[in-house]
Amino acid sequence: MLVVVSIVTFSIFFVIPRIAGVTAADFANRYVGTKGATAATVAATAEKLGLNDPVVVQYGRWVKGIVAGAEFDTGVGVEHCPAPCFGYSFITKQPVWPDLVDRLPVTLSLALGASIIWLLAGVATGVLSALRKGSVFDRAAMTIALAGVSLPIFFTGIASLVVFSYGFKITAPGGAYTPLTENPALWAYDLILPWITLAFLYAAAYARLTRAGMLETMGEDYIRTARAKGLKESRVTAKHGLRAALTPIVTIFGLDVGLLLGGAILTESTFSLNGIGKYVVHAINTGDLPQILGVTTLATCFVVLANLIVDLLYAVVDPRVRLS
Amino acid sequence: MTFLDVKDLRIHFPTDDGLVRAVDGLSFQLERGKTLGIVGESGSGKSVTSLGILGLHKGGRVRLSGEIWLDGEELVSASPEHVRTLRGKRMAMIFQDPLSAMHPYYTVGAQIIEAYRIHHNVSKKVARKHAVEMLDRVGIPQPDRRVDSYPHEFSGGMRQRAMIAMALSCDPELLIADEPTTALDVTVQAQILDLMRDLQRDFNAGLIIITHDLGVVAELADDILVMYGGKCIEYGTAEDIFERPEHPYTWGLLGSMPRLDRERTERLLPIKGSPPSLINVPAGCAFHPRCSYEKLTGGKAGTVVPELLETEGGHLVRCHLPRDQRRAIWETEIKPKLEAS
Repeated sequence: MLVVVSIVTFSIFFVIPRIAGVTAADFANRYVGTKGATAATVAATAEKLGLNDPVVVQYGRWVKGIVAGAEFDTGVGVEHCPAPCFGYSFITKQPVWPDLVDRLPVTLSLALGASIIWLLAGVATGVLSALRKGSVFDRAAMTIALAGVSLPIFFTGIASLVVFSYGFKITAPGGAYTPLTENPALWAYDLILPWITLAFLYAAAYARLTRAGMLETMGEDYIRTARAKGLKESRVTAKHGLRAALTPIVTIFGLDVGLLLGGAILTESTFSLNGIGKYVVHAINTGDLPQILGVTTLATCFVVLANLIVDLLYAVVDPRVRLS
Repeated sequence: MTFLDVKDLRIHFPTDDGLVRAVDGLSFQLERGKTLGIVGESGSGKSVTSLGILGLHKGGRVRLSGEIWLDGEELVSASPEHVRTLRGKRMAMIFQDPLSAMHPYYTVGAQIIEAYRIHHNVSKKVARKHAVEMLDRVGIPQPDRRVDSYPHEFSGGMRQRAMIAMALSCDPELLIADEPTTALDVTVQAQILDLMRDLQRDFNAGLIIITHDLGVVAELADDILVMYGGKCIEYGTAEDIFERPEHPYTWGLLGSMPRLDRERTERLLPIKGSPPSLINVPAGCAFHPRCSYEKLTGGKAGTVVPELLETEGGHLVRCHLPRDQRRAIWETEIKPKLEAS
């Protein structure tokens, strides 16, 4: 699976442009960067980077770099890029991988913190809405949920920054990140607003999803059976209703978290968090191909991994799909 | 004192389209160790009645009136919480489709253990032992192993046995079986009916069997109540209903029952038309639009709701036709036709 992923991502960046008519020299030009570069310099750079080699060789070299590390001749000396080498940026003159490792904790903290909030808030709201279908609570919750799904992060994020950080001055103004290991309280303080903003978007979707799921399962025959046993209504809801309604939520939750780990682009940009998302935005703006390729590969790996975990979880949650 | 005494039970559901009179003035009695069969087409109010006795409508948007006396205790006016503590313990239910009626994510054992532990303060281990005993009792082979199986790993008949084990786990005095064999193969149906008869004798429970299949009640029931459009239209002993039925609808049910001794070329005799809407029950006798003898009442059937009257020795019939005329039609017209076919 990961092999397929690597081939596809590599092709997107190095093969498809070639097919579209981009030459080795064009690629090299990006690295040389300066306007005054002569054709000879560009050609030399292309040769040095191996851009004239067949695509398969280039792919092999790239994969070999990930597994065993690679060396890049920068012109002023040979840079060693240890494994896993996801490429070497000739613009920043840095290997990509350490950059990713630096930024991963930020994205990880953001995604995991937010996901816990949205899972709890979304599911709880959804369950309550379903149980009191048509009530004032239900209507209010679903209206807010609709707003939550519709409003983009760069609106809710900035609005909440204005109100809570600059107005009430109760949250961090953004841009700061303290590692969890250093100071957990400060870590949470810095991240609370991005968490809530990001979680709001997802919680809204999850609330609607949970509500629909609960409404469906609470009408099932086995719920009637549970009641006929004399089970308390709260237990009927939690043990028999929610358990079944949660199955599709688990699937989507896994995929959403996997996707977010590849960078919460809008949230990180809005709150100036130095995570993967912000990194890749910068890489795209500067046209730094190795960086973009590195992030894409990493992000894809997370999604694939999340899929695998979801599949395994599914077997735990639903005995009917248990591995045999 | 009658064990179960239902008096003038009414279960109405207000909906956007109007008031659904699912059950409209139903009365019956049941003693311990006896079996009552409630028979009728889909939508006649059979299942609603059973759920109503268990108090499963409570709290919803339902209008419930009348009286349900269970062993001297009135249930309609009792608090939902009190009825809940009786549910599963003193009265239990077996549902139609055991696959959808059992939770797919929990093992059969876990579901029986849960049912037992709601009403018994025992450890999981003790409850599990009880669950294995119950599974053994209902004839599931290797119960100590099967207790950890999931419902989808059971066959249809096994599932219904497990469902019965679950219902009987707290030794209920009243057992309601809602179409217990409808979802099963015919060969399995007979086994399940035999099992239910044996268990009822052992547990000395009052049993209500709800079905559209007269064959099922013929096997088991002491008394039979025929429902139509939310009302009882004929009520008597099994002998009354099978030997001397007096309501044209009951005749129709008997005529539409497939029989092995019938010639294969013979057609069944279906009741024409379809069951009435419970929102707009036909005026007068609810059955009159489908009744072949409606004209004999001189228009009364279309205007006046007939009373449920005793015809002989506890046999009740709700029909405008004079008793002698009904009996004459049965003896000279219907019975020979049923016997001939």
